[in-house]
Amino acid sequence: MTRLTREQIAARVALDIPDGSYVNLGIGVPTLVADFLPSDREIILHTENGLLGMGGAAIGDEIDEDLINAGKIYVTETPGASYFHHADSFAMMRGGHIDVCVLGAYQVSQSGDLANWRTNSPTAIPGVGGAMDLAVGARKVYVVMELLSKTGESKIVSECTYPLTGRACIDRAYTDVALFEFGGERPLVREIYDDITLDELIAQVGIPLDDGR
Amino acid sequence: MIDKEVTTADEAVADVTDGATIMVGGFGPPGQPTALIEALLRKGVRDLVIINNNAGAGGAAISDLFAAERVRKVICSFPKAIGSTVFDELYLAGKIELELIPQGTLAERIRAAGAGLGGFYTRTGVGTELTEGREVRRIDGVDYVFEAPLHADFALIRGHRGDRLGNMVYRKTGRNFGPIMATAAATVIAEVDQLVERGELDPETIVTPGIYVDRILDVTRHNEEARR
Repeated sequence: MTRLTREQIAARVALDIPDGSYVNLGIGVPTLVADFLPSDREIILHTENGLLGMGGAAIGDEIDEDLINAGKIYVTETPGASYFHHADSFAMMRGGHIDVCVLGAYQVSQSGDLANWRTNSPTAIPGVGGAMDLAVGARKVYVVMELLSKTGESKIVSECTYPLTGRACIDRAYTDVALFEFGGERPLVREIYDDITLDELIAQVGIPLDDGR
Repeated sequence: MIDKEVTTADEAVADVTDGATIMVGGFGPPGQPTALIEALLRKGVRDLVIINNNAGAGGAAISDLFAAERVRKVICSFPKAIGSTVFDELYLAGKIELELIPQGTLAERIRAAGAGLGGFYTRTGVGTELTEGREVRRIDGVDYVFEAPLHADFALIRGHRGDRLGNMVYRKTGRNFGPIMATAAATVIAEVDQLVERGELDPETIVTPGIYVDRILDVTRHNEEARR
């Protein structure tokens, strides 16, 4: 087993974010991507609550009660940062101004549909936040997740069984087992990390995959 | 003379009635008008419809308003909150109504109301259960769903500095929904950290022009008075 750790997945995504990009990172593993952005690239982070040029987490004296990120964690601002209100922040997202967003996912369908805001549990509290806006608005939508659920089922499926966040919106899914690309007829396998063959991966996922390596 | 200053939070919310629809600023604690929410709680009004990004998160005041069962319905994008289960319990017990709206659509519906628009078409949420049954229009080959403007009777917002004309500036991510909510409610009530003399705010940096604001409270002075 040579599956990637969460940090390794985040590091892999970071490599695909070009110099000069404006990027929105979702809550959870997507946030880790910030720790691995190559230092020789100038990349501007956007947070939905009205800041471009977000820095790292604020520690000690850096904490400012008026400065948090979408996950409601205290953060810092970088030189050249700007603040704006919520309608402007989401106009940036919907209007195609954000180059890359990185989101978590419950399920991804073979046609690139995303389900990441609600499970089917009757006791779960539904909450959508900015996920649907990012899914349709960012130029590139990257998803990070473990390939298999806790019960061993593939999260890449023929059709999502969880409620959708957006249709045919995902460009790439970075998982612990492989890197998938969407937009064609079938998902394209770009990289495999585990010591398995493509056929074994296809058996695990349970839907046809093309070899794009 | 125009003087929108009020000296107490209770005076600021005196005309809020049962059943009112109220926009409340804030995304997490920044931008949350704590003193005004506390006054609303003291006033005892109920059956409120609250429009906020969250549902009772972002501080004790808003959480207490929900816990006291003063809220009939919440219109928000993300009711789940770290460290607060007040909404979860009310919701699962069927004691509160939830209208869930994608965050950007929530913001734009508020903006549309304030800008006098009859709504807009957006790609956000097309083909999802949050827009089921609504008009879809294909524009240049892309599907968009219609969203109506979202108005309110009152908006309670928080800024950093303001003046008696109602001009306001915000601070960092405390800006969030304040500037758009200020445009979309019949009565707009603001609390600011500091009320300054007319002319002290740089006209080039004012974010909310005073035309939108009806009442403004110096919350620092108010809190000092309250402690005495």
